[in-house]
Amino acid sequence: MLKQTPLNARHREANAKLVDFSGWEMPIHYGSQIEEHHIVRTDVGMFDVSHMLPVDLKGDGARDFLRRLVANNVDKLQSTGKALYTCMLHEGGGVVDDLIVYFLNESWFRLVVNAGCADKDIAWMETQRDRLAPGLALTPRRDLAMIAVQGPKAAEKLWQAMPGTRDLAAPLKPFSAVVVGDMFIARTGYTGEDGFEIMLPAKAAPFFWQALLEAGVKPCGLGARDTLRLEAGMNLYGQDMDASTTPLESGLAWTVDLKSERDFIGKDALLRLPRSRQLVGLKLLDRGVLRGHQKVLTSQGEGEITSGSFAPTLNASIALARVPAGVNLGETVEVEIRDKRLRALVVKYPFVRNGKALV
Amino acid sequence: MSIPANLKYAKSHEWCRLEADGTVSVGITHHAQDLLGDMVFIENPTVGRKLAAGEECAVVESVKAASDVYAPIAGEVVAANADVEASPESINQDAYAAWMFKLKPDNTADLDGLMDAATYQAFVDSESH
Repeated sequence: MLKQTPLNARHREANAKLVDFSGWEMPIHYGSQIEEHHIVRTDVGMFDVSHMLPVDLKGDGARDFLRRLVANNVDKLQSTGKALYTCMLHEGGGVVDDLIVYFLNESWFRLVVNAGCADKDIAWMETQRDRLAPGLALTPRRDLAMIAVQGPKAAEKLWQAMPGTRDLAAPLKPFSAVVVGDMFIARTGYTGEDGFEIMLPAKAAPFFWQALLEAGVKPCGLGARDTLRLEAGMNLYGQDMDASTTPLESGLAWTVDLKSERDFIGKDALLRLPRSRQLVGLKLLDRGVLRGHQKVLTSQGEGEITSGSFAPTLNASIALARVPAGVNLGETVEVEIRDKRLRALVVKYPFVRNGKALV
Repeated sequence: MSIPANLKYAKSHEWCRLEADGTVSVGITHHAQDLLGDMVFIENPTVGRKLAAGEECAVVESVKAASDVYAPIAGEVVAANADVEASPESINQDAYAAWMFKLKPDNTADLDGLMDAATYQAFVDSESH
């Protein structure tokens, strides 16, 4: 039996194509994935992301616990509402999950984790909590729904749908959040566009979704979410990194704090392990579509595509690939697609940001 | 969308139309495109290639996934539709108008071994349960 979000009935009314996503019945699209993609790049769309799990960490010493638990440095979080993207590692340096940490106050942080990792994450965090900071409370917030409103017109439409949010949410800078009554509004997203991720009580979600619909915000499925995040050069857990890869070989070195004296779980392994692989961007030069697990042949040996797709904004195929260290930007590599070898260029990513092609 | 009565259908979701010149046009069905989603890439067989019935001969790729297309009957490829290759979305717009390639059949009677519209409809219904 698949789990359903509080918006399931809304998706059915809108003729969504529903699929099993990590045990959740989620909309993959509502008609055309490509149209939904373009809507987010040029106007505004909304996604039901209630399958993701907010977890509240409360109690004295919450910050000290997070200093040990995650690879990025939560000391970067000094102002109320500030958010930090980070990986949570196991002792071997592999990624347990990637998550966003929000700082509300010294005894309240909110973590948002992936749906497919939620149970494992809770178990992991509880084990670490019991060991390091038994006084802290970890509370999964399955009572909350989460809606992402994304696109250049996200702010305008959000104020239109929910005028009461404007005064507090309008001043939000990217990667920060504010509590508005029983809503939690963050200026974050997974698309490379301006936008908000809004957590609110499950029973209020259908009403809020309806208000956004009436303001002209188009529902978009997880299909478009995936092509948007790939164009934006954002990793997807389970594809671009997992428990068998470190953040350093997953393009996430910028999220790992190895400079400070702070010790965190997995740090020793990161310092010890050779850095023989790296994540790079690819743009296909020949006709075809790059896909996950295709073999990549480079000047330094073989690699593998971790995420690949047709990129609607670029009208080309792009990918993230894990390749040997020493492969440089501008190198032409070959990708094995069925019985052919097609040429692809190693490029810098993100591929697209704020509606503009960067490659 | 109704399934055209004048076409023949394969279990692998291709349709066939016998043309006046004796060639057979081949495309994928509306049901197949609906399962795959927005089409972004088509790879047709080269003209002159001889195909056995059931042979993998073309690829359709949607944003979501790649899917093989199989020769519904044996024959030689006599045309590939460059318009569909240039505009893969035409398959989403009208799957039964967007032929992919044409075959000169080894035996026109092989078409009789394929499903008619009613049988294909029942086949699709049974697959989706």
